[in-house]
Amino acid sequence: MSVEPATLEGAPPSSNSLGAIARRRYEAFKAGDVGSLPIIVGLALIVAFFYSKNENFLSAGNFTNLMTQMAGVTTIAIGVVFVLLLGEIDLSIGYVSGIAGVVVAELQIPDSSWEVKGILAIAIAVTVTALIGGLQGSFVALIGVPSFVVTLAGLLFWQGVILYVIGDAGVIIIEDSRINDVANYFFTDRAGLVIATIATGLIAVTTLSGVVGRRRHGIRTDNLILVVARLVLIAALLFGAVIWANKERGFPLAFLIVLIFLVFWTWVAERTTFGRHVYAVGGNAEAARRAGINIKAIKIYVFMISGLMAGFGGVIFAARLNSVDLNAGGGTLLLDAISAAVIGGTSLFGGRGRIISALLGALVISTVGNGIDLLGYSSAIKYMVTGLILLAAVTLDAISRRRLERSGR
Amino acid sequence: MTIAPEAPALPTEADASAPTLETKGVSKSFGGVQALADVDFEVHAGEVMALVGDNGAGKSTLIKCIAGIYPLDGGEVFFDGEKVSIHGPKDAAKLGIEVVYQDLALCDNLDVVQNMYLGREVRDFIGRLKEAPMESKTAETLKGLRVTTIRSIRQQVASLSGGQRQSVAIGRAVMWNSRVVILDEPTAALGVAQTEQVLALVRRLAEQGLAVVLISHNLHDVFEAADRITVLRLGRNVAVFDRRTTTQETVVHAITAGIPTKVAGITTE
Repeated sequence: MSVEPATLEGAPPSSNSLGAIARRRYEAFKAGDVGSLPIIVGLALIVAFFYSKNENFLSAGNFTNLMTQMAGVTTIAIGVVFVLLLGEIDLSIGYVSGIAGVVVAELQIPDSSWEVKGILAIAIAVTVTALIGGLQGSFVALIGVPSFVVTLAGLLFWQGVILYVIGDAGVIIIEDSRINDVANYFFTDRAGLVIATIATGLIAVTTLSGVVGRRRHGIRTDNLILVVARLVLIAALLFGAVIWANKERGFPLAFLIVLIFLVFWTWVAERTTFGRHVYAVGGNAEAARRAGINIKAIKIYVFMISGLMAGFGGVIFAARLNSVDLNAGGGTLLLDAISAAVIGGTSLFGGRGRIISALLGALVISTVGNGIDLLGYSSAIKYMVTGLILLAAVTLDAISRRRLERSGR
Repeated sequence: MTIAPEAPALPTEADASAPTLETKGVSKSFGGVQALADVDFEVHAGEVMALVGDNGAGKSTLIKCIAGIYPLDGGEVFFDGEKVSIHGPKDAAKLGIEVVYQDLALCDNLDVVQNMYLGREVRDFIGRLKEAPMESKTAETLKGLRVTTIRSIRQQVASLSGGQRQSVAIGRAVMWNSRVVILDEPTAALGVAQTEQVLALVRRLAEQGLAVVLISHNLHDVFEAADRITVLRLGRNVAVFDRRTTTQETVVHAITAGIPTKVAGITTE
């Protein structure tokens, strides 16, 4: 075995100079691998449009508003991304999130015999919804019932349960301030800046240790300029958001929770064996099975994650309203959450997508909703616009898949 | 017991020791259909043994029995001369038997490194993937096989050509200290140039001391890459040929009209 100094390349050595990276990105783009570009361009256009119509759109007040508005949908959409990565679907998330709200609300009722407050109540609620997800996932994984049907049944069943539990009262008020704080607490200016500093520091440390680790193994690292640029961009976004929010009520706790979820689940999806196996099952279930991956367990876990995140989303919604009513988990919540994941770039065909797409898609949907409300248009317009954006996103996904196949990339 | 006494099976130089993998009298039936009847098969370290036969001759059934996907109805399997029992794919993998199936079983949405390590990822105690060692070992393995056409091992498998995908699948099979590599129709979907590449790779595996089983319909490929050729017909042994002393016509005749060397209940010796 002759050891040549050559890297693996036969043809052009893929150097990691900035020019070479730009060229590769451009070639990938031409071949149909568009990445997050369309959504970022789309988002910029949406923001520019609403800002030109109403300057309040970019005000600090509206910004903090938007962040709390989108927290619930983003949280639920993270679970949706996992389910879509498998190539499955979960239609029950809307009402399952409602169940979490009902559980929290029931538990905190003062002076009842079972009174449980605060974090513990929330923990119980999301455990319940995770188990619901696991139950539904078991039907899919163990018996082979299509997830569409299982979760459609779940949609009906859990809606029924919510109506049954809340009953004639019509609404349960949440008085526990620690639960309500989930969506209604805003950090002080100082605390916001401290959080942004700590977060930036953590990101810098993990990025650097990754680079050092790769150096030690003698494999190519990303271009250092790009690594630093990415760090600076993330830090700028974080501090920008905090400083902007500080002009009004401050940085909302709900959005910090969302950011923590995003980081944690991105880590799970991209840095752990479990995440790798989720992508593998979604890409080629037979190959995954032959590689010794326990497909059934993966499916059940993913539906549990879906239930868990729906539960957290439901708690955020309940906290925001300080109550749950007969509409808990209803309305367009289900479709918003699935649309968010898809608009953000997660493929419906499985195996393609990133956790961050939950945030990007939710940003689009919430921005459109928020902007249209601000301009005083009716819900009719909101639904039509959101529908068109969803169609555009799915069409783009289908086209890019076809081009990827044709160009053999 | 020697294989196929009538056949001009000349021992190769690798023949000195016990075969790395050997089956004796293997039988398998599905319902009323006898897919394999009393089949003997062997492959030595450092040789490419081709397994040929018409459709339904029992080639796939035989390798699936060896790989632990089907349980045997009868017969014995020996590894390094010792009797072994293979009850599942994991047992086969533990012995060092790896199968590269015709459909390759790669995940298109994952990159080369991720596919090479699929299901056997390197991780630390909290389940975190250790990408750096996986990446360097993948590069090393492919370089060892002189697979040099893949531009980046961090590109998705979907973007590779058929020959490159085959190379990745073979690389995955040999990365685990495997002793026997079974290749099911590795050139079936490839063009001329890529077929050459893959056949050269098959030869290289044998040169590195692996026992290689090559299943193929294409006698041209078989004559280019194999040292010996085992012919099955209707689930029975027909002959074992040495590639250097036989012709394609002889092998074709054996495939289409060969007479079983052993008939159930009758011993030819």
